[in-house]
Amino acid sequence: MIKVNTKESNWSEGMTVQDLLDEKQFVFKHIIVRVNGVYVPPEMHAAFQINDGDNVMVVHLMAGG
Amino acid sequence: MSCAKTADHFKLLTGPYAGQCVTVDGPEYECAAGLGANLGIFDPQAILEQNFYCDTYGIDLISYATTVAFIMECYERGQISQKDMGGLDLRFGNSQASLELMHQMSRGEGFGPIAGLGVKKLKKLFVEKYGADEKLLNDIGMENKGLEYSEYLHKESLAQQGGFALTNKGPQHDEAWLIFMDMVNNQIPTFEDKAYALFYYPMFRTWFGLCGLCKLPWNDIVPADNHLTNTPAKVPEHVQNYVDIFNAVTGKSIDKDELIRQSERVYNFQRVFNIRMGKGLREHDAAPYRSLGPVTKEEYLSRQERYDTQLRELQGLDPEQMTLDEKIAATRTYRERQFELLTDSVYKRRGWTNDGVPKPEHLKSIGMDLPILLEIVEPLL
Repeated sequence: MIKVNTKESNWSEGMTVQDLLDEKQFVFKHIIVRVNGVYVPPEMHAAFQINDGDNVMVVHLMAGG
Repeated sequence: MSCAKTADHFKLLTGPYAGQCVTVDGPEYECAAGLGANLGIFDPQAILEQNFYCDTYGIDLISYATTVAFIMECYERGQISQKDMGGLDLRFGNSQASLELMHQMSRGEGFGPIAGLGVKKLKKLFVEKYGADEKLLNDIGMENKGLEYSEYLHKESLAQQGGFALTNKGPQHDEAWLIFMDMVNNQIPTFEDKAYALFYYPMFRTWFGLCGLCKLPWNDIVPADNHLTNTPAKVPEHVQNYVDIFNAVTGKSIDKDELIRQSERVYNFQRVFNIRMGKGLREHDAAPYRSLGPVTKEEYLSRQERYDTQLRELQGLDPEQMTLDEKIAATRTYRERQFELLTDSVYKRRGWTNDGVPKPEHLKSIGMDLPILLEIVEPLL
């Protein structure tokens, strides 16, 4: 299991940041991903692997009019 | 940055300008939701035409849309009759009836001026004059402090429920638009987190009004290194930009904390003003139940899987062993309790009593212990 935005979420072997974004259907353009507090730039999403127990924050920068 | 979204060469079909081609400043998303989906109208021509005439007549579009949706629901649920509406067949989807109502409103004729009273007064009128069900109307009438709600489906976001109801000026999302932070990012999971957001964002956003500045550069332009900051949702670089602009223009030397305090002084002054006018206490921050959860069986069934899961996970109940009425009642009890707990937390964070009255010591701490305010709040402690 991993934590995604403070909630428990399923983890699978080899899961990348991009896999997680696809699974959660997080497609918003202005999105910030941090794994265990470390920023993961967009160009690394496809390669960056998430480990079991990781704490992932996916922040949508959307503050509303 | 461009806020204008226009439809050019739009030919009107009704009203005093029928047959003329005009430019319509819209529809903005609240317009499309309010004048479209909420009225069961999915015809772009009708949405644009209503949008044009709201602007032309000077009718607030959100209040109009939410009021007409309320009237349509009252009609379809048998709470009022076609005769009560002067013969208009205001059922969901009837765009021509809505346009005719709008024209009547502008002329002060027929059912127009009655509908123009808005949801708060219509609830009372429908109950007293037509014998409508008071409890149902209070549940579905989307107003707070006399202002109609804007169009977000916020009943699934506790923070946004507070963002609408725990306000001085009624339910608008100018103060606190927290749906994404609350429901998608899950950045504010505890009552204390939500209470902080319902303190910080209303204060920050109020400041734009105080200074006559547009807030959109703050939340629509993202600095290149914003993702490296500790609080990206606040956009710290922009906050500092506003502090710098203020200092450059006024010659003063404030910081980001003083910026918030400037708003807090005004916000608390407004709160006490509301109290003086009989509208600033906890009872006035109450939300209609549709703002908190599903009122009707259709509403529950439309998201049954979600609500059943919440009964299991949040309350430890077994929905398989419950009737629909029992599930609706249990959901209501839980959600109303959550809203009350949120209200407690928000008042505490804002330095108010449990009844929503600013405490004298808090007013003193922000430099607002003025006799004119203390004489209002002290008898309420």
